[in-house]
Amino acid sequence: MIPAQFEYVAPTTVEEALTALAEGGEDAKVLAGGQSLLPVLRMRLNVPSVVVDLGRIDSLRGVRDDGDAIVVGAMTTHSDVFHDPLVREHAAVLTEAIEQLADPQVRHRGTFGGALAHADPAGDLGAPVLALGATFTIAGQGGTRTVEADDFFEDLFTTAVQEGELLTEIRIPKYTGWGGHYEKFVRVAHQWPIVAVAAAVKVDGGTITEARVGLTNMGSTPLRARSVEQALAGQPATDEAVRAAAASAAEGTNPPSDLNGDADYRRHLATVLTRRAVLAAAGA
Amino acid sequence: MTVTEDRPARREIGNARKRKEDQRLITGRTKWTDNIQLTGMLHLAMVRSPFAHAKITHIDTSEAKAATNVVTVITGADVAEEQGGLPTAWAITTDQKTPVHPSIAVDRVAFAGEIVAVVVARSAAEARDAAELVDVDYEELPAVLDLKEAATDSALTHPDLGTNKSAFWQFDSANAGTGSAVDEAIAEARESGVVIEREYRQQRLIPAFMEPRSFVADPTGEQLTLWSSTQIPHIVRFFLAVVLGIPESKIRVIAPDVGGGFGGKLQFTPEEIITVLAARRTGKPCKYTETRSESLMSGHHGRDQWQKLTLAAKSDGTVTGLKVDLMADLGAYAGVVGGGVPILGAFMFNAIYKFPAYQFNCTNYYTNKTWVDAYRGAGRPEATFAIERMMTELADELGVDQLEIREKNWIKHEEFPFTSVCGLEYDSGNYEEATAKAKEMFGYDELLAEQRRRRESKDPVQLGIGVSTFTEMCGLAPSRVLGSLNYGAGGWEHAAVRMLPTGKVEVVTGVSPHGQGHETAWSQIIADRLGVPFEDVEVLHGDTQISHKGMDTYGSRSLVVGGEAVVKAADKVIEKARPIAAHLLEASVDDLEFKEGRFGVKGTDKGMGIAEVALASFTAHNLPDGVEPGLDSDATFDPSTFSFPHGTHLCAVEIDTETGGVKMRKYVAVDDVGNIVNPLIVAGQVHGGLVQGIAQALWEEAVYDDAGTLVSASFVDYLVPTAADTISFDTDHTTSPATSNSLGTKGVGEAGAIASTPAVVNAVVDALRPFGVKDVRMPCTPERIWKAIHDRGAGGDEPTENAAMPHFDEADVADRTDGASA
Repeated sequence: MIPAQFEYVAPTTVEEALTALAEGGEDAKVLAGGQSLLPVLRMRLNVPSVVVDLGRIDSLRGVRDDGDAIVVGAMTTHSDVFHDPLVREHAAVLTEAIEQLADPQVRHRGTFGGALAHADPAGDLGAPVLALGATFTIAGQGGTRTVEADDFFEDLFTTAVQEGELLTEIRIPKYTGWGGHYEKFVRVAHQWPIVAVAAAVKVDGGTITEARVGLTNMGSTPLRARSVEQALAGQPATDEAVRAAAASAAEGTNPPSDLNGDADYRRHLATVLTRRAVLAAAGA
Repeated sequence: MTVTEDRPARREIGNARKRKEDQRLITGRTKWTDNIQLTGMLHLAMVRSPFAHAKITHIDTSEAKAATNVVTVITGADVAEEQGGLPTAWAITTDQKTPVHPSIAVDRVAFAGEIVAVVVARSAAEARDAAELVDVDYEELPAVLDLKEAATDSALTHPDLGTNKSAFWQFDSANAGTGSAVDEAIAEARESGVVIEREYRQQRLIPAFMEPRSFVADPTGEQLTLWSSTQIPHIVRFFLAVVLGIPESKIRVIAPDVGGGFGGKLQFTPEEIITVLAARRTGKPCKYTETRSESLMSGHHGRDQWQKLTLAAKSDGTVTGLKVDLMADLGAYAGVVGGGVPILGAFMFNAIYKFPAYQFNCTNYYTNKTWVDAYRGAGRPEATFAIERMMTELADELGVDQLEIREKNWIKHEEFPFTSVCGLEYDSGNYEEATAKAKEMFGYDELLAEQRRRRESKDPVQLGIGVSTFTEMCGLAPSRVLGSLNYGAGGWEHAAVRMLPTGKVEVVTGVSPHGQGHETAWSQIIADRLGVPFEDVEVLHGDTQISHKGMDTYGSRSLVVGGEAVVKAADKVIEKARPIAAHLLEASVDDLEFKEGRFGVKGTDKGMGIAEVALASFTAHNLPDGVEPGLDSDATFDPSTFSFPHGTHLCAVEIDTETGGVKMRKYVAVDDVGNIVNPLIVAGQVHGGLVQGIAQALWEEAVYDDAGTLVSASFVDYLVPTAADTISFDTDHTTSPATSNSLGTKGVGEAGAIASTPAVVNAVVDALRPFGVKDVRMPCTPERIWKAIHDRGAGGDEPTENAAMPHFDEADVADRTDGASA
């Protein structure tokens, strides 16, 4: 398959990239790892006039320690995030999610920021990042601004990143000592999740003191299972207690129906997977 | 230094050699059709119908023709006179209704994906760009999208035919004199025995070969040359001549290395004809390579049947009769094998069993969907699935073990050769040995005990044990049998062996490998037969100028039929060499013995190697009077009967009753494929076949929406498994050599795909028996299983929406302009 013609620019700084985007206007597309954009271009489902490749902007790569948070550059590959010791120590659920993300080829080309900005509702990163309450740094011609995770995902393939803007980094508070687990349900390994649940849990002496739970593919954006989180707080990390709390996992969700299952089935899956994710995160 | 001279001669047959062809195939450093670049070559892009059934009211090509570097745009109307119609080789009855199948639709399209115009440009990108500029006006017609609705003729796939019914075909054992009357057996069983009645769905599958189809046609020079990623270069050459009226002698077809087929490249395609037409009209070489989406949408599909089955048995489990009523979906057109695919299964529903009465009824229908033709196993997987599911249902009904009910009915080892209720003579087999071996490897009794424990404790993870004791008919095919079935060709195979003056050997084969490993296996056969080193054998194939006749590769026929032709040709070389060797050795022909590549004079140490004879024959300085120079020989082998591989496959699955998820626990396959030339190749065929058959059971389905659009049109929604989704299979063999060829081989290309599907579904259903579940429709998705458990659709209904995931769905991504992309 051959994409329609487009102009290609490969800036080396964020400023140059923003200029290129401004010049390209509404028909400009940003190329990060290309794992979703290239198929779309090749199928001619999108015909941009200019593609701005961020691959040569070194400042967008890497994970750094920033006191009470870790900061992931938008162009850091999934593989690099997966192998990063800071992420593993302070945001274990992310490591778990990336381990199951697509296939090795995608994990080596695809990028953390690219996947989040693409905002596929079945993408594996939205739920954990939302659950962890990350903050998104967005650069524009007028400077940078930050957006909280709750406000970042707006709709199917739509985020707070506006035309002419770039997602540059994602700041994730440290959850040192928390347990994390990503429970993903697929029919074949390389598939997007039918439903998945990201859980980060703080356990103190067998009691869940705090829990954060994100849902993948249960609506047009990743969702936070707040009622589950509230129900879990102060509960013992037992099958019975977690089962009861997880029963409300599908509350307020609007999951899709497709070849892999209808909405009702997905709602049911959400409760089962939430229980499993929380129990695994709690080490129970 | 000591050299051990007395090591035994190593036989190549039976040696697990790594394949000669692997390095170039795996690294891709070889000639695929799409690699071919010719001077001045033009490129094609197809404009395809988005509608399942529509009149073409107007095509405006002016803008496309004016686009940069576009040479021409061809519509159906432009070539209506010269393009002819695509042929079917197998009208199953003399009154079969067969629609005309133009390569480029002229005034009507009959499935979404049918070609309506072709852009020819200087580059593939320019052709693709211009294809977007072709403006086609359609007037939609009512589309036939459901097989059962097709049977009512409430809408017509091809209005001119007046019906959707293509043909009805019956085999009845009472009429054929090979058995008794099935209706009587069923009536009797209703009185005093057991009758099992089921309806099963064989979902539509897509062959999904790795290399998309690609064609290059070169009209320059005296002969027209077509490179084609096909399984059947010889048949393509014949059809090109017939359809386009080009003398066959003016056509050369080359299948270079071909990246898989699974039956999907056992076809003569619109794209092949179009590439040739474009090349002839422009006078330039032309290339067309399909995209993956085009491949999934327009390359022929497989399976797609409804199977109504009635099994009659005595109350002790002895089967007294089987009646089969099939509805088969041919899609929009009858392909090369087309309507014959279900008929290839007609003689296999009785499988390994001694059924006294049998009746097979099949009606083929047209629908406005992609055409359906051969896919790995072609007819036999469908039959095997049906009977192996039914035998398990019978066991369940009677409360006996699945294997026990089979043993009660199967042909005993001492009963071979056995003539089946279809009149086929099974030459060899040992179902007892294969089953005993499989049970032991599987740990059958331990797993049954575990199943009981899980059932008793109401474990959320239930264990299911599935069985499939399959057989198939391979070695397609005895020409006389094909003739009696109204098939348009024979089933023989050809080979030639050329002795080069340097002692190297060229083997020319009429079969056409596309991943099977023929070069390695044929080299092993020749190395043993002629006593030459394996490395000295070169196998040539796939070019009709080199391999001038052959019937190509499909139906597990290459080794069984083509391998035997190689043996016969090699033997002729030896017989040609013998008088020359005798002459040079000054001995009598009768005193020569040929052993391990050397003619020796009995009782002496005098002798000469076959390479020396080849050189002497080449120089021709000293040949006996009347002997022609050259040892080259060819042979054609037409099998007298089919071969009948069989095996016992046992599968254990764990079902997560909370999610409906299926996890394979253990899979044991003990296959009897006769003698084995290369165990590594056989293992590869078995493993690959298993995965493909398991994929039908669990993952794959071509789904259309209500408008006739293929929903599973990318690998996002058409779930082809990878190594990550399967387990390590335990495979072994029993060996009952075939008696129909001297190598004793039976064929293994389709065995795994045929056997595994019912083993897996039987296991899934077995796990769900405590919930009262008797069937789960394929693919057994977690959703279907979960709903079956919770009695919401019983696993048989269509619970899923015909919707793709949104990642590459046009409506959802069309305006994704905000933000970055992953």
